[in-house]
Amino acid sequence: MIINHPILGPRDSQEFTYLGDASLIDRPDWQAEGAADQFHDYLYLRDNPAGEHRELWFHEQGDRSWLVVTRNTVTHEILNVELARDVARARGRSK
Amino acid sequence: MRYSGLKVIKEALTGHKGWRPTWRDPEPKKSYDVVIIGGGGHGLATAYYLAKNHGITNVAVIEKGWIGGGNVGRNTTIIRSNYLLDGNEPFYELSLKLWEGLEQDFNYNAMVSQRGILNLVHTDAQRDAARRRGNAMILNGSDAELLDAEGVRAMYPFLNFNDARFPIKGGLLHRRGGTVRHDAVAWGYARGADLRGVDIIQNCEVTGFRIENGKCLGVETTKGFIGANKVASCVAGSSSRVMEKAGMRLPIESHVLQAFVSEGLKPVLDGVVTFGAGHFYVSQSDKGGLVFGGDLDMYNSYAQRGNLPVVEDVMEGGMALMPMLGRVRMLRSWGGIMDMSMDGSPFIDKTHIDGLYFNGGWCYGGFKATPASGWCYAHLLATDTPHKVATAYRLDRFRRGCMIDEKGQGAQPNLH
Amino acid sequence: MTDAVMNAGRVAFQADGSTGARKGVQVNRLDGGLIKGSKALTFTFDGKSYKGFEGDTLASALLANGVRLMGRSFKYHRPRGVLTSGSEEPNALVELRSGGRQEPNTRATVAELYDGLEANSQNRWPSLQHDFMAINDRFSNFLTAGFYYKTFMWPAAFWEKLYEPIIRKAAGLGSISFEADPDAYDKGFLHCDLLVIGAGPTGLMAALTAGRAGAQVIIADEDFLLGGRLNAETFGVGDLTGAAWVEQAQAELAAMPNVRVMPRTTIIGAFDHGIYGAVERTADHVLAPEAGKPRQILWRIYSKRAMLSAGATERPIAFENNDRPGVMLAGAVRAYANRWAVTPDQTVAVFTNNDDGHRTAADLIAKGVKVTAVIDTRPDAPKVEGAELFAGAQVIDTKGRLGLEWARVRLANGTTRDVPCGALAVSGGWNPNVHLTCHQRGRPAWREDIAAFVPAGELPQNMSVAGAANGDFSTAAALRAGAEGAVAALSELGIEAKAGDLPEAEDAPVNVTPFWYVKEGKGRAWLDQQNDVTVKDVKLAHQENFRSVEHLKRYTTLGMATDQGKTSNMGGLAIMAELAGKQIPEVGTTMFRPPYTPVSFGVMAGRSVGEEFRPTRKTPSHKWAEEQGAVFVEVGQWLRAQWFPKKGETHWRQSVDREVLQTRNSVGICDVTTLGKIDVQGKDAAEFLNKMYANAFAKLPVGKVRYGLMLREDGIAYDDGTAARFAEDHFVVTTTTANAVLVYRNMEFARQCLFPDMDVQLISTTEAWAQFAVAGPNARKLLQKVVDPEFDISNEAFPFMACGEVTVAGGCRARLFRISFSGELAYEIAVPTRYGDAMIRKLMEAGEEFGAVPYGTEALGVMRIEKGHAAGNELNGTTSALNLGMGKMVSKKKDCIGNTLSEREGMNQEDALKLVGFKPVNAADPVQAGAHLMNADGEVSAATDQGYITSAAYSPVLGCSIGIGFLKRGDSRKGEVIRAVNPLEGKEIQVEVVSAHFVDPEGERLRG
Repeated sequence: MIINHPILGPRDSQEFTYLGDASLIDRPDWQAEGAADQFHDYLYLRDNPAGEHRELWFHEQGDRSWLVVTRNTVTHEILNVELARDVARARGRSK
Repeated sequence: MRYSGLKVIKEALTGHKGWRPTWRDPEPKKSYDVVIIGGGGHGLATAYYLAKNHGITNVAVIEKGWIGGGNVGRNTTIIRSNYLLDGNEPFYELSLKLWEGLEQDFNYNAMVSQRGILNLVHTDAQRDAARRRGNAMILNGSDAELLDAEGVRAMYPFLNFNDARFPIKGGLLHRRGGTVRHDAVAWGYARGADLRGVDIIQNCEVTGFRIENGKCLGVETTKGFIGANKVASCVAGSSSRVMEKAGMRLPIESHVLQAFVSEGLKPVLDGVVTFGAGHFYVSQSDKGGLVFGGDLDMYNSYAQRGNLPVVEDVMEGGMALMPMLGRVRMLRSWGGIMDMSMDGSPFIDKTHIDGLYFNGGWCYGGFKATPASGWCYAHLLATDTPHKVATAYRLDRFRRGCMIDEKGQGAQPNLH
Repeated sequence: MTDAVMNAGRVAFQADGSTGARKGVQVNRLDGGLIKGSKALTFTFDGKSYKGFEGDTLASALLANGVRLMGRSFKYHRPRGVLTSGSEEPNALVELRSGGRQEPNTRATVAELYDGLEANSQNRWPSLQHDFMAINDRFSNFLTAGFYYKTFMWPAAFWEKLYEPIIRKAAGLGSISFEADPDAYDKGFLHCDLLVIGAGPTGLMAALTAGRAGAQVIIADEDFLLGGRLNAETFGVGDLTGAAWVEQAQAELAAMPNVRVMPRTTIIGAFDHGIYGAVERTADHVLAPEAGKPRQILWRIYSKRAMLSAGATERPIAFENNDRPGVMLAGAVRAYANRWAVTPDQTVAVFTNNDDGHRTAADLIAKGVKVTAVIDTRPDAPKVEGAELFAGAQVIDTKGRLGLEWARVRLANGTTRDVPCGALAVSGGWNPNVHLTCHQRGRPAWREDIAAFVPAGELPQNMSVAGAANGDFSTAAALRAGAEGAVAALSELGIEAKAGDLPEAEDAPVNVTPFWYVKEGKGRAWLDQQNDVTVKDVKLAHQENFRSVEHLKRYTTLGMATDQGKTSNMGGLAIMAELAGKQIPEVGTTMFRPPYTPVSFGVMAGRSVGEEFRPTRKTPSHKWAEEQGAVFVEVGQWLRAQWFPKKGETHWRQSVDREVLQTRNSVGICDVTTLGKIDVQGKDAAEFLNKMYANAFAKLPVGKVRYGLMLREDGIAYDDGTAARFAEDHFVVTTTTANAVLVYRNMEFARQCLFPDMDVQLISTTEAWAQFAVAGPNARKLLQKVVDPEFDISNEAFPFMACGEVTVAGGCRARLFRISFSGELAYEIAVPTRYGDAMIRKLMEAGEEFGAVPYGTEALGVMRIEKGHAAGNELNGTTSALNLGMGKMVSKKKDCIGNTLSEREGMNQEDALKLVGFKPVNAADPVQAGAHLMNADGEVSAATDQGYITSAAYSPVLGCSIGIGFLKRGDSRKGEVIRAVNPLEGKEIQVEVVSAHFVDPEGERLRG
């Protein structure tokens, strides 16, 4: 596969390490009510769609960016690639 | 009709006119006691044991395509009970014992062949881990032997003992492990279930569940609604896709695992060898092809195919271990979709929906589990209590903090 | 095609300087062809010597020499000859070469002849002519499809002991020599705008069109000669013969710097996003590769667009005994005659259901070969000149045990006629080579007008298909499709190309009436010749309800042979459709899987073989350690010194015990560079580490080090190490060797994905610093000689867990940490890696007066077990801080990775495993890692299992073997005597549960 890195352009996926669903960005608040349940759902449950999937890849043999790649799990077509940091900020994460 | 050598001879002499369909192709009835979704190895085994062990024969197995077309039709045929943890080893040992009597039981030669599995050890830490595992296996009634390098060399002198990057220091040998003719498992269970009255319905896709007041009443299919007292999902690889129709999210990701076979060769190796320092394991089929595999492609996928990097990685492992394979050719590669669970272990459980049951999360180990999975799932469906060797395979185990993590990799499915 | 074009072709063939009159040089050699007759090549087959020419394949050369019998089938050991002239060959498989280069299952049809070629037939005993295993053929009625599923079940033990060993011995095709392959293989990467797969008329025209437009083009063909069917036919292109046009096209392409022409290169698979795998055979056509050159190269081709122009494969017709040596595909017979100037026999008959078969007759007649009959299933078959035509007729049987003698024909009028022939050219029509279009999700669709499947559905991304591969069979259509396809593909890339004027060429319509098998006859009609699958087998599969195409394939093994059913699948499918009363597309089509043709292990492994299988990482003191005669051990990719044997030491334990005792008594030095090192900088560095580690870090003072335990988010212990604070905004973190990469990755994840606004930067510095542990009572004295005098490292100025930047050896910058893994007064000192070698020499020199020893990983391990420190065996991914006895370290007052889920009930059971130590009751008993723990009394079983020993070693300090491990409620069982059982090796000893801190439990030494 080829991942079109937003900074570096097209790179072979072999340079990257895959983590999983981009929902792993949405780490719950440890002090929220029902934090234990929230952490369970966060860490263990997955939509696992057959189709578009937003997922985390790490450019380990590159610039060490974490990327959010939107990829079709049936065709492997890649529809979008973003810096995970931008996605995290857009989802309201900060410090 | 009973299969036997005598029957084969008789048919040969009378023009093979007496062979009948291995299973029927009935139209679905309006309702059943149990509807099993998925005509793979586990689904068919479940139907077989429901009928045979529990006398429940008003059962349908519903298959989207053709039976045996999932992972029972695309694995590397290995059976073994060399697990480490309490939650797993008794289950896989039951499975191995069932394999040992399976062919006589369902009267179909699945070529169960216990030619031994050797897991190679390359470091002292691996030997310590192998010793712990071997002892766990023996304590659970399985078999294991710890070999040193010379013991390995005596078995397989052609492994790379000369210029290996990771020298072979020994291995854990599991003599009762081996291989099985995988397609025959599906067909044998199908035939056995069919003979006992189970309806196997091919080319029938489940499109939804009918759930009212928290109770599952049956399934909507491409052949219409089929009612059921109990609906049993058994579609590893597609578990999330099917259970999503019941509104469930699972602790599972779908990943592709590639497997390979070489051109046919005169005998090269007798048993199964697993390389402990690369991603490679290999056996030789009765037909002569080397059947081998390695690691997942690592990314979520529902496409039954993989990519080059893993092919290269696996075959590099092959050459590292067996340098005489240089001119042997890989004939065919294929991919299967794995239900990779969050701790590498499976589920056989009720769901929170009354009458809806779940079996899945088999990772890349579902084939060897087929008999015990069917046996235990049938037990659960018939009695509504988990079988004693499958008590750990609960869906809520992560909530409770009771993971069954053989590899110690945590909640990252592609690492199991 | 006009006569003029045809004649032009003929003349040109004859005028070609490299070809000429050779008729009869070998018994079946003809005139003409594209072989180079200037020099005869010598080769052997089954030990017998023959001659052939450059340009021959092994198959063409054998045929030229009158050898029709080339192999035996898999199951029945039927005598078989060559069926095809290409890579789809199912029958003529040989063992090529010998020794480490012995290559089983090589298709004689693609093995290029070279001087000295050595080939042997396979899967026969004792000889190809007299094969004892052919006895199976006599029992074929018992050995039908799937018979083995129904028998061999009684008695149960007999399967593995008797039946299976016999089957396994008989099975398989070629054999290997068990010697390592001496040849080298390479890998490479290529990029292009347009990849053209197949260099027949379509591909060449596409490459010309794209090349002329300036696009980056790669054109690859599995054959050593470009041109595809143009080499096998007598068609001309424009004013030239086909071969001459190919030569001209090739010359034009070779002159374009933007075009790479790759003959002998098979595109093996279509992978995601336009990536193709290609195997180039750079030295399979010579006796051995030139020194330093590879045998084959695996290319990963990144293409923006790809065109599949792979042509088509002819399919046979099944009839009784259609497998005798001499029964061949008509197109192959034509190819042998036109390209290789060979006829399989002096009398040939043709059996066809389409016009194409007639071309074979015409070409052979033109070459002076006697064509005894053209048997055409179509009642309205066109006339043939120079041979008898039987229209509306069928071949119903053949004779000739080791080679075809005659064919029996059922004529249209119902009578039979025996036609003498040493070869029968059969054509059942052509199947487009759709294989690569199936490698992803494409499912071919049926085209009634040509009675064949063509590419359809979702093709691999950015792939188009043209020419015969797309069902356009005529030369003119192929040229047109190639040119237009290239224009279309390039226009998507914004490159303007022109189709231009195309040369004139034959444009015959496809005229085929589907005909799959002859119904008459009680014998066997073969579909898959390699796996011995017959029409009867398909019927039996249908009868037993193996009706879906996949069931058919798996039950009968149809299409499972080394050719993936390229010549057989279609026939099986058509017969199943007929039996089931369905249309062919309703039965489906089997998917072709990568690779297109089989690929060697060697080329897929490339240079990653032997000691080069994976990179080897060496520590900065490696050279020095080698000089000391150190024994090394693999630790992941690292090589580390395991121990340093001294003269007179005959057992490793002597060396290790000495290293431990000398370290504990004076001072020892160990290279610990392999530990992961991460620089953490920024205003939020402390807060960041507070999130990463389970214990608190925010208040760690500058100049101090703290031990840190890292959890996974699931609360399981992940890694441990230290974090040293060099400034308010600067920490240096260490990790275990095994987790260096993973911890860094996780920290980057937290930094970028979880806490994107924290002011913190990370960099891995594992390779940047050489680091040495200096441990033992004399460690400070030693270091005071090395650290420059302006730095006070006295116990008061630099106490336990201090850290600081210093200089050594007169100004070399260094980092000093007062931390201890051994439990002794100890330091770790780091210098830039390039000074690592100098540093170890300096340290040893300074230590000479104290008798300083270097110690390896064994002594390191012994000392850490003596201190009860957890390492990889304890941090095994299933143990929590609670299990490790560090439960109290997990802060409840802050958020950190893993603390929420570490509170789950299952991880906090009352009988949880706890890390403790074990001493043997009988001091002579060895404690073994991997032993399980059982109570002193009671049964030994899984149900009574109390835990396991994780690490063990002989402690020279205590004078006995010791171990650490996890025991249920271990922390409250000190003093209890239990059993450590190891039934695996038949051992059981009594051990006393003790604290894991065997040596200096109060930690006085390390503070001294």
